[in-house]
Amino acid sequence: MVDSSTFHFKTKIDLTVLLGIKATTLTDLLAGIKSVPDSSIYFHTHKFLLQHQFISPEPPNDFAFWVTNALNENILGERIASMELIRVKNVAELRKQLVDLIEGSLIGHTRVVDSPPGEEFHFMSSQTFVLESPYAACSLKEFCVCLNNVSTSSLFYHIFDARLRMNREENDFSEWFRRIGNQSLADAVRQIDPYAQSLESLRKNILNLMRIHAEH
Amino acid sequence: MPSIEEYIPIVGKELVDELFLLGESMKGKAFQNINSTSVGGGVAEILSRMVPLLREIGVNARWDVIKGDEKFFAITKNIHNALHGASIKLTDEDIEHFLEVSKTNASELDLSSDYVLVHDPQPVALIDKRNHERSYWVWRGHVDFSDPYLPVWNFLARFVNKYDAAVFSAPSFARQLNIKQVLIPPSIDPLSDKNKELSEETIREVFQRFGIDPSRPIITQISRFDYLKDPVGVIQTYKMVKRYIDLQLVLAGGGATDDPDGLKTMVEVQEAAAGDKDIFVLFLPPASDIVINALQRGSTLILQKSLKEGFGLTVSEALWKSKPVIASAVGGIPLQIAHKHSGILTCTIEGTAYWIKRLINDPAYAQVLGSNGRKHITDNFLITRHIKDYLLVFLSLMHRNDIVYL
Repeated sequence: MVDSSTFHFKTKIDLTVLLGIKATTLTDLLAGIKSVPDSSIYFHTHKFLLQHQFISPEPPNDFAFWVTNALNENILGERIASMELIRVKNVAELRKQLVDLIEGSLIGHTRVVDSPPGEEFHFMSSQTFVLESPYAACSLKEFCVCLNNVSTSSLFYHIFDARLRMNREENDFSEWFRRIGNQSLADAVRQIDPYAQSLESLRKNILNLMRIHAEH
Repeated sequence: MPSIEEYIPIVGKELVDELFLLGESMKGKAFQNINSTSVGGGVAEILSRMVPLLREIGVNARWDVIKGDEKFFAITKNIHNALHGASIKLTDEDIEHFLEVSKTNASELDLSSDYVLVHDPQPVALIDKRNHERSYWVWRGHVDFSDPYLPVWNFLARFVNKYDAAVFSAPSFARQLNIKQVLIPPSIDPLSDKNKELSEETIREVFQRFGIDPSRPIITQISRFDYLKDPVGVIQTYKMVKRYIDLQLVLAGGGATDDPDGLKTMVEVQEAAAGDKDIFVLFLPPASDIVINALQRGSTLILQKSLKEGFGLTVSEALWKSKPVIASAVGGIPLQIAHKHSGILTCTIEGTAYWIKRLINDPAYAQVLGSNGRKHITDNFLITRHIKDYLLVFLSLMHRNDIVYL
């Protein structure tokens, strides 16, 4: 039986799957975004966060990076980069926002720009393997110790994957804080925009919030 | 050979624990790697380190090497060059010999393992001998497939489509295939002789041995003497910079047993370098890993000006040593370098020359690039991540869902 007052930290490993679909123009990119599976949209808007932790906080996603750097579409690139992913409820909504932004940009667009050879956009997705980590917490104090030690993949899983890949209402930490009766801490952690910082900053910010709430 | 525990200070205990957990999920199953050479080149190098580590985490791993005569390896070298885009036609006689050698190898090798990972085109046809009932076969292409000569690729694809999955080193290598395609970049071993920490004395001694002056800037390209690595282009780049900066160039590398063209390129390089005492062309014998390590560590900048590249592991090696790297944006190199963040990507001789001058004149920026590069390699391109991916690709064939709870 699962003890609901214990938080079991999980971690994840991703295997990158190549879809064999590529884009050389904005129109190709739009067609790809409309047709690829949800896991591909999630992959291209999230993997940069985990793979390039030293480049903080940008570039935030593959679509923005490619549109800006391969097509020189700086305005559209900036719009895609600044999408408020924290406010998006699921991947379908995220996909729709991307489609709307690109379709809006294509209106009145008479010039077709091709990406330079070798800089095509290649659609990928990921298969995620979820593992138990050795860390579990029965109290906020234990949670702090665990959070200090878990890998960035574990942090990523509970904050990013939980919401948009596992389709949960909120991130796993807030959900647990709420379950053990600490509403204000749950809300405070939910308020953080994890897309606007590196994973290590995110870890520090959550720990800091826990310290502040423990003092009150 | 270092034990898996020795990687903990580098990659963290959690990652090593994950490896044991994945190893446990493959307990009792035999995992076989097959390639075409036991020494020289990145594949042999990584397998020699990976197989003992796989065994340590509980996987029954083995490594077999196919045999072939000179004619067979000349044909597979042509296939290699054709996959890189060269218009080379395979004759009926070539195909017949290729298949004949494959058949002989298939009859001599024990192919009864549960998981079989076949590396590169040379052993690709072994798939015809698979036991469909109880095994998973994965084909791993290490070369640059971004623009292959289609008749040769179509010949290979006949075999690749019979596997359960294909693995490529970069997104641009994905092809239209009927099977699952997975991205697994290769890796380096941070504890190998080529990458481990060295004393200042060892580094100094290596530079002294070759007569290289450590007080002046040194730019180095480490790679096989192969036209695809463009060593002559590197010499032209050096000559453009030499007009403004008194630097030295080191071109160092060896050859693999399946690479008959190496000596020809070596002669062209020696001709281009003739008469310049600040160009050091070093044809290194096998087992020169400490020398390569020292040359990388003691250099001011590392170049990898390849025309085509499977992955370009020398970039990871240099970044692991926190060295600033200027490299071509080909093959897997853009995965290792985020331009202007963890290194510099260039496309031309002129661009490479400009960035050499820029980084030599701005050592603080060069240091930031090297430091970011080391972090990126630690997170993404070490052997522990590579082992994890190989185990995952077989697990992914057993679990088809997007999210798998192990």
